[in-house]
Amino acid sequence: MIKKVKKLVKAFGLGDIRAGMKITAKQLVADKITVQFPEERTPISPRFRGLHALRRYPNGEERCIACKLCEAVCPANAITIESEMRDDGTRRTTQYDIDLFKCIFCGFCEEACPVDAIVETHIFDYAFESREGSIIDKKGLLAIGDENEKAISKARLEDSKYR
Amino acid sequence: MWQAFVDLIHQLIPWYDGGLADVVIILIKGVALIFPLIIMMAYMTYAERKVIGYMQLRIGPNRVGPLGLLQPFADVFKMMFKEIIFPSKANIYLFLLAPILAFVPAVAIWAVIPMGEGFYITDLDVSLLYVLAIGSVGVYGIILAGWASNSKYPLLGALRSASMLVSYEIVIGFVVVTVVMIAGSVNLNTIVADQAGGIWNWYWIPLFPMMIVFWISALCETNRAPFDVVEGESEIVGGTHVEYSGMCFALFFMAEYINMIMMAALAVLMFFGGWHSPFEGVPYLEAWFTFVPDLIWLLVKMSFFLFLYLWIRATFPRYRYDQIMRLCWKVFLPLTIIWIFVVGLMTQLEISPWF
Repeated sequence: MIKKVKKLVKAFGLGDIRAGMKITAKQLVADKITVQFPEERTPISPRFRGLHALRRYPNGEERCIACKLCEAVCPANAITIESEMRDDGTRRTTQYDIDLFKCIFCGFCEEACPVDAIVETHIFDYAFESREGSIIDKKGLLAIGDENEKAISKARLEDSKYR
Repeated sequence: MWQAFVDLIHQLIPWYDGGLADVVIILIKGVALIFPLIIMMAYMTYAERKVIGYMQLRIGPNRVGPLGLLQPFADVFKMMFKEIIFPSKANIYLFLLAPILAFVPAVAIWAVIPMGEGFYITDLDVSLLYVLAIGSVGVYGIILAGWASNSKYPLLGALRSASMLVSYEIVIGFVVVTVVMIAGSVNLNTIVADQAGGIWNWYWIPLFPMMIVFWISALCETNRAPFDVVEGESEIVGGTHVEYSGMCFALFFMAEYINMIMMAALAVLMFFGGWHSPFEGVPYLEAWFTFVPDLIWLLVKMSFFLFLYLWIRATFPRYRYDQIMRLCWKVFLPLTIIWIFVVGLMTQLEISPWF
C-alpha cells in the first residue's frame, strides 16, 4: 500500500522527468567534445599507419636497395618493384608502385624494410582525382618522403625505444 | 503613429467609402505579423539544432556565417531549389492542398493572440474558442497528407496523428475551461488583464497541475518529441512527410514550428500573465523595469517555453502509441475533470488564490 502511494506521488510529482531534465541541463553547460576537424586535429600515435613514403639519407641518396622484402611480405600484393644495377654498381629500383586501393595499411612493408626506406606517414586525409591516381609511383613516394621527412624522423625517434 | 498611418492609407485609397483602404490596412497588419513570425520560426530551427547539440556535447551548426547564424537562410534556399516530387497515382490536388491546410490555420490562429496592451490584429470576444477551433483544423492537413501520398507510412502516421490530436484536444479543452472559470471570460485580452499585478497573481499558482497538463498536451498537439509518433523516424521513416519534398515539406515544417510558438504564447497568456511584468507591485523592481515594453516581457516568457520544448526533446525517448493514449484518457482526463470541480468549489466558496 505504502509502496503504491510512493509510486503515485513520484509519478504525479514528475520525479523521473525532473531527474532526466536535470541531466540534460548539466550537459548543456558542460565542455563540448567536438573537434573541428580541418582546423583542429586529435593527437596521433607515432605508430599511426597512413599514406606511404620513401625516405632518403641525409646526403640525398635514396635508401631503398630493391631487396623486394616489402613486395614479398605485402599480404595484399599492393607493391610492384623493378630493379637494375646502377652505373656505380649498386642495386636500385627503377619502378616502385603502391596501389592504394589494394593496400590494407598493415605496416608489414615498413617492418620488413632493412633500411627504413618505405615508411607510413601520419597523412590520412588525401583523395584521388582519377582512378589511376590510386597508384603512387616511385617519384610520388619520394616526393611525399621529402616533404614530410621531419615528421617521419620525429615519429621514428619517439617510437625507437619501444622497438 | 499607427492612427496617422491609417489616415494616410485612407487618403491614398479613397474608393468605396474607405472599404478598400481597410482591406489594405488588414493586409499590411497581416504581413507585419507573418514576416516576424517566419523569422522567429527560422531561428527556432537554428536554436533547436544548437541547444540539442549542446545537450549532446556537440556544438551544432557553426559554418554558415558567424556562429552559424545564417544557417536558417541556407536551409531556406536549399528547400526552394529542390524538386517537388509527386508520387505516382497520388491525388495531386489533395497532395498539394495538404501542406496549405496545415500551414494556413497555424498562421490564422495568430490573428487573435494579443502581444501587448492593445497590440493585436483582432480583439475577438471568443478568442480562446477560436484558437481551439482553428487549431483542430490543422489536423486535416496531416490526414490529407497521409491519404493523398498513396503510400503506407504516411497513412500510418496520419492515423496515429488523427487519433492522438483528437484525444489531446479534449484535455486542452478542459484545461481551458479551468482558466475560463477563473478569469470569467473567453477573451484572451481579458484573461491577461485579469492576471495583472505581480507574479503571484498569475494563474500558474491556482492552476499549477493544469499548467503541467496543458504543457504536456501542447507537446502532443504540436507533434513534438516525446510524442512525435506522427513522424517516428525510427518506426515509420518520416510519417506523413515521407513523400513530400522541397517547399511542400517546408510548409509542414513551418506549420509545426509556428504551432510550437503559438502554444508557447498560449501557455504564457493563460498561465504566466501574458505581457505583464513579474515585478508589478514589488516596491523598487517595478520602477526599475518599467522601461521594458510589453512585447519584450511576452517574448522572454515565450522563449522560456520554447526552450522547454527543446529541452524535453533532448531528454526523453519517444512514447509508445498506446502509452500516449493511456496518458491521455486514463490520467489527464480524470485529473482535469477533478480540477474543474476543485476550481468550481473554490470559486463558489470564494477562497483566495482561486477566486
